[in-house]
Amino acid sequence: MDLKEWFASRRKSREAMQVKQPLTTEEYCALWTQCFQCRELLYTRDLRSNFQVCPKCQYHFRIGADQRIEQLADPDTWQELFGNLMSSDPLGFVDTDTYPNRLIEATRKSGLREAVVTGTCLLQDTKVALSVMDFGHFGGSMGSVVGEKVTRLIEHAVEHELPVIVISSSGGARMQEGILSLMQMAKTSAALQSLHEAKLLFVSILTEPTFGGVTASFAMLGDIIIAEPGARIGFAGRRVIEQTIRQKLPNEFQTAEHLLKHGQVDMVVERTKLKDTLHGLVKFHKRKLVASAKAESREQIAQGKVSSRQTR
Amino acid sequence: MNGKKIVPLEFEQPLLLLAQQIEALEKQLADNPNAELETDIAQLNEQYIHLKRSLYANLRPIDHLAIARHPQRPYTRDYFERWDANWVEMHGDRQGSDDPAMVTGFLQLGDFAVLGVGTQKGRALRDKQQCNFGMPQPEGYRKALRNFHHAEKFGLPIVCLIDTPGAYPGLNAEERNQAQAIALNLRELAGLTVPVVAVVTGEGGSGGALAIGVANRILMLEHSVYSVISPEGCASILWRSGDKVAEACQAMKMTARELFSLGVIDQVIEEPLGGAHHDFDFASQKVKAALIGQLTELTLLSGPSLKDDRHRKFRKMGSFVEAAV
Repeated sequence: MDLKEWFASRRKSREAMQVKQPLTTEEYCALWTQCFQCRELLYTRDLRSNFQVCPKCQYHFRIGADQRIEQLADPDTWQELFGNLMSSDPLGFVDTDTYPNRLIEATRKSGLREAVVTGTCLLQDTKVALSVMDFGHFGGSMGSVVGEKVTRLIEHAVEHELPVIVISSSGGARMQEGILSLMQMAKTSAALQSLHEAKLLFVSILTEPTFGGVTASFAMLGDIIIAEPGARIGFAGRRVIEQTIRQKLPNEFQTAEHLLKHGQVDMVVERTKLKDTLHGLVKFHKRKLVASAKAESREQIAQGKVSSRQTR
Repeated sequence: MNGKKIVPLEFEQPLLLLAQQIEALEKQLADNPNAELETDIAQLNEQYIHLKRSLYANLRPIDHLAIARHPQRPYTRDYFERWDANWVEMHGDRQGSDDPAMVTGFLQLGDFAVLGVGTQKGRALRDKQQCNFGMPQPEGYRKALRNFHHAEKFGLPIVCLIDTPGAYPGLNAEERNQAQAIALNLRELAGLTVPVVAVVTGEGGSGGALAIGVANRILMLEHSVYSVISPEGCASILWRSGDKVAEACQAMKMTARELFSLGVIDQVIEEPLGGAHHDFDFASQKVKAALIGQLTELTLLSGPSLKDDRHRKFRKMGSFVEAAV
């Protein structure tokens, strides 16, 4: 063994040693996740393949927009729309920091441009317009861009006759845009009025947490409203209510199950079954739509208004 | 205001001190007439008028808020009574409740027979408690909605007066679905084919105000405010401190003139010097004139174009940047 070889083998053995080094805490945490509810240690890869739902206690972890889309859309069918919209600072808002700084910070944390991602995708071969909010970006708050993107998606759906699915997760209106945030409630609701008139299906999915201006506008206007197990949903926050009525609220107050009991949502659906449920609902209503369109065209033929060649 | 003494606000203290001084001097003058004293009083009076003008011309946002919340400010019933002494109130949501915080009724506004809808704060303590300090329950919004549909059926223009800290945040209100009540009003108001005009007469508090505020024209009284959250709430969330209310008022741009320059509202209605509580009749006349002006314009439009007009108005709201893809 000459000197060169000796050095080479030494380097190799060192590299081999480095691989066997114990994982750093960060790496260790990335491998394992502790359930917030039952404290069980879960293998992250298993958790991920189980839609971020604890297999033991069914606790639904909060997930971002990307993962949500990955779970719902058929592979490679997601097409993002209006992703180029960005917030401006219409009021020149400054609290303890400026609004533009807070926007940069929010993007750095979430990797998203805005608190909502909109687009179209196939849901088991049925095309739908999908909008997903991300609580990780600016608390999912609704400012001008969120309102605009949701409104544009609804308009897109009206134009292309698509069912709309909106997954909400938001702390409410974005205070930094003042009254303009409030007006987004009216803007999105007005767009939904057009969707309602066009008789297109709107499914609203409420996830942990959905509050304030989002609940009090599009989230509660679904033809069908679905909530995720354990999600906290309401208009006013818990603290505000406790201060107003000066008493402690029961633990289950404002949870999805509590809302179900009080007739505010149609169903509580586990995340693992969400895609199938959605597909079933969309397909069911699509059949109705096609049937009514057929009946209409039959009527028109009967009245002799159009020749049969023009009808579908 | 109805001959009762007006409760002064904090920022009006300098004015009050000067008035007291003048009063004291006048008493002295009555006891022993004196030419020198007389000129002093005349001078002070001049100063008083000057101070009053400059004080009300340079109000801070938080001063506007104080005037908007003045306990003696005219409320919805005060306006309705002055516009039409024979107005007829309509009660109840037809689903089991009648919320006194929301007032609805038919009234004659000049040549227009309109549906009047408005939040009511209540004057005496018991009255206030019944009205929940002007915070409607879901039933209040459903009562308004029922009447909106009535107006749609009979082609009545709708006039909404907004003066509320917000929708009531209580346990029962949540369980009866406050959020859905508001959301449904937003959607249904957007679809109406009759003219809708909203006036913020005091506080426009968040979603609770917007639920009767999706209108073709939004007007505001000079000292009224309209915001996405109460300044107290904003201060406690963003500054994590209760004593930053003035900063929150400033930052949120909630006064009538600021909102007018943002293009959110369509008209600012003048108030008597010092605020609407100094002269109910003057204020109600001004609001009436503004409403009639707007309704005269709007009634020229057809039903569908009124709806389109409302859709367009709110479609434009918002400010953002469209980056190149």
